[in-house]
Amino acid sequence: MDNSQREVIISLKNVTKVLGSVRVIDNVSFDIYKGDIFVIMGCSGSGKSTLLRLMTGILKPDEGNIFIHGRDITKISGKELDEIRRNFGMLFQYSALLDSLDVEENVALPLREHTKLDDHIIKIIVKLKLSLVGLKGFESYYPSEISGGMKKRVGLARAIALDPEIVFYDEPTSGLDPVVAGIIDKLIMDLSRKLLITSVVVTHDMQSVFRIADRVVMIHKGEVIQVGAPEEIRNSSNPYIQQFINGRPEGPIDFFKEDTSILEDLLK
Amino acid sequence: MIESVGRFIIATLEAVGGVLGLFVDTLYWIFVGPFRNKPPRLRPIFYQMVFAGVRSVLIVFFVAIFTGMVLAMQTAYQLEKMGAVIYVASLVAVSLCRELSPVLTALVVAGRVGSAISAELGSMKVTEQIEALETMAINPVRFLVVPRFIALFFMLPALTIVGDISGMLGGFFIGTTSLHLSPDLYIHTNFKYLALKDIYTGLTKAFVFAVIIALIACFEGLNTKGGAEGVGRATTRSVVISFVLIILADCLLTAIFYFSNV
Repeated sequence: MDNSQREVIISLKNVTKVLGSVRVIDNVSFDIYKGDIFVIMGCSGSGKSTLLRLMTGILKPDEGNIFIHGRDITKISGKELDEIRRNFGMLFQYSALLDSLDVEENVALPLREHTKLDDHIIKIIVKLKLSLVGLKGFESYYPSEISGGMKKRVGLARAIALDPEIVFYDEPTSGLDPVVAGIIDKLIMDLSRKLLITSVVVTHDMQSVFRIADRVVMIHKGEVIQVGAPEEIRNSSNPYIQQFINGRPEGPIDFFKEDTSILEDLLK
Repeated sequence: MIESVGRFIIATLEAVGGVLGLFVDTLYWIFVGPFRNKPPRLRPIFYQMVFAGVRSVLIVFFVAIFTGMVLAMQTAYQLEKMGAVIYVASLVAVSLCRELSPVLTALVVAGRVGSAISAELGSMKVTEQIEALETMAINPVRFLVVPRFIALFFMLPALTIVGDISGMLGGFFIGTTSLHLSPDLYIHTNFKYLALKDIYTGLTKAFVFAVIIALIACFEGLNTKGGAEGVGRATTRSVVISFVLIILADCLLTAIFYFSNV
């Protein structure tokens, strides 16, 4: 599809974020189109989670602008940001369910807080969302009583409780067995195709990237290496991308630079 | 040296600013929020009231009754020399209501409830639950701090009254048994010198202590950093800072009441 014809829902323009003395995000720009599954990939510590926090407004960038539906979220008040956030869903890396509430109350929470729906209607919606993630019948369990994969699915049901336009996923498949990871991937795809939800996925699970992505951005040390369709990324000649996809220890992504300098220090 | 002193002062000022900011936020969500369609939710408030108040009754009762007994014995030791043992009753009652019951109850609640609040909010913070609330456009201050603040604000004075009564009971027990005072006389003297202002200055203190405990505990919890160790540190800090501030505020309030003749 010709991307220039498509509606941009999230747009980052020259975004820079400095934490301490490190430029965690360095002059990053890209667009995310409506209905796409957009994957942000990169090594641990490359700044992908920071990027997600910038897009959800938890962090504010030091430079640059982030547009959601054409509104610059770096320049609006907390109240306006909350209005935009009502169209967001977010699945956290460790699910972040509230331990003090059971599964039903967790999924119902955004509905109780942001709508005036009757309690029995809320209960029906919760059942519906839980059956979407295959967890009908687990309403009265507490987060401490269910497995990690189930927590992720409850987190997903909570993320889509208010029928959001955009869902952010922070490492949705990390720490899960391959089958559950496959189920989560399928859920992400279903939501995107059936409910036309725009998905932004942060991951370093390569299998998952090529299974679900419509477009991919590779981030390294806070900078964009390449943006494109999964095939473009797979066939890219960029040495960073090839090293990352194939998981080779040698290459331009070097974790051992500092260690060799320690060795040199010792040999002096 | 100067550098570390400077850094300490800056950190302290930042923390004071943070706590005051949290106070303003909390008041906003209690008094302005309801007019913006965001009233505080009642169920969590009652839940916290049961946790902070009802479940603290027994420990406050024991602390106060033994304090009353100790106080009766210690003052009797002095007053016997002047043959004024009967005044044990009024001395116990007045010092309990004005001073000991509010302070001891606050210290017990800071240790029992304040630490629990810090630990709970702290572990919510380090497991991204607070961040999850924010991305769901649910204000953590309204959702978590307000119910705990309101619960403590009403339950600490209530517990102080429990402390007042239990302490007097303790004094009564010692007075009528080992000091051989007649129960009638003891009760009469107990209330004869106890003015209403003794009770309400004590309760005023309790309200102030409740604000201190709730704000410090929530602030430390919400600003927890760094995993399980961070939660431990936040809990310890919460209790230590609350203790120091309670004693400090007690001294200030007593001075104000004393010099303004209340």
